[in-house]
Amino acid sequence: MSNLVLDLLLVIALLWSALRSLMTPNLFHAVVLFIVFGLLMAIVWVRLHAPDIALAEAAIGAGLSGALLLDTVGYLHKKQRESLS
Amino acid sequence: MKNLFNALVIVLFAVLGLTLIWVILELQPPTHVHLSKQVLTQLDASGVTHPVTAVLLNFRGYDTLLEVMVLLLALLGVLAQIGKREQRNLSAWFRLSQPYLQVLLWLVRMIVPLMVLVAGYLLWVGGHQPGGAFQAGAVLAAAGVLLNLSGVLPSWAEPAWNLRTGLVFGLLVFLLVAAAVMVVASPGLLLQYPPASAGMLILLIEMGLTLSLGLILAGLFLFLSGDAIEDEAEK
Repeated sequence: MSNLVLDLLLVIALLWSALRSLMTPNLFHAVVLFIVFGLLMAIVWVRLHAPDIALAEAAIGAGLSGALLLDTVGYLHKKQRESLS
Repeated sequence: MKNLFNALVIVLFAVLGLTLIWVILELQPPTHVHLSKQVLTQLDASGVTHPVTAVLLNFRGYDTLLEVMVLLLALLGVLAQIGKREQRNLSAWFRLSQPYLQVLLWLVRMIVPLMVLVAGYLLWVGGHQPGGAFQAGAVLAAAGVLLNLSGVLPSWAEPAWNLRTGLVFGLLVFLLVAAAVMVVASPGLLLQYPPASAGMLILLIEMGLTLSLGLILAGLFLFLSGDAIEDEAEK
């Protein structure tokens, strides 16, 4: 029973973070939500008994892609400031 | 007009989504192929005891070989795109002038050796538990990104020969093992390790792959993290 509740909560949080990440107008928020989504996805893979994919998802999907996206957002902000000044 | 277009897009995608869900529900699981059973019966000959590693590096070794090439190509694509860049680094005076960065630096110095240790553990444990070269490489790469973000490691400019060697080292080891096995053990067959030495060969390949994948994945970040030097002509 508690497993079912946990799974349902996970699915809701996963869908919610995915939706928010797509809908939010703020790029930084979108990237943070994408990282949250990746970490939740890793937990879902563990729940599906696929720890190999969970490891890869957490390290590459959430970690490295997240870092790259954050770098991009920082670069875009810098560009914006430069064009304003 | 725009609202109409939006509504049309929403309806189309709703139909597409529902069709996909319906197809998945209708899909019959294949009854005549039992891949997991086949893997488990052949596991003894693979040299490792973890089925995922057995598939990735023995039964479908060429798949992994091509995967590594794809990652290398992705990095080459990045290198071809970025052009000239200034190495960006949090300069020493900035690091020393900001007290809060001391905490960050201390943390990084504590964590990075641990991450290298974890990468080594993941590499070793891949033989009998979830883990392996890709995960270990990703942890190494994450350590590199962390070092760069905290200002300890400057971003990479043009790769020198030692970095180039590191980037292709895993692929070279993989290809060498494949060639050696093809000539010595099983002529004419690609990546058919002799069962007796399969475990050792897989570990050898994974060690090379861990190093190279770590460098490649870190490179995706570190080559890009420098500041672009814009051409005067462009402005």
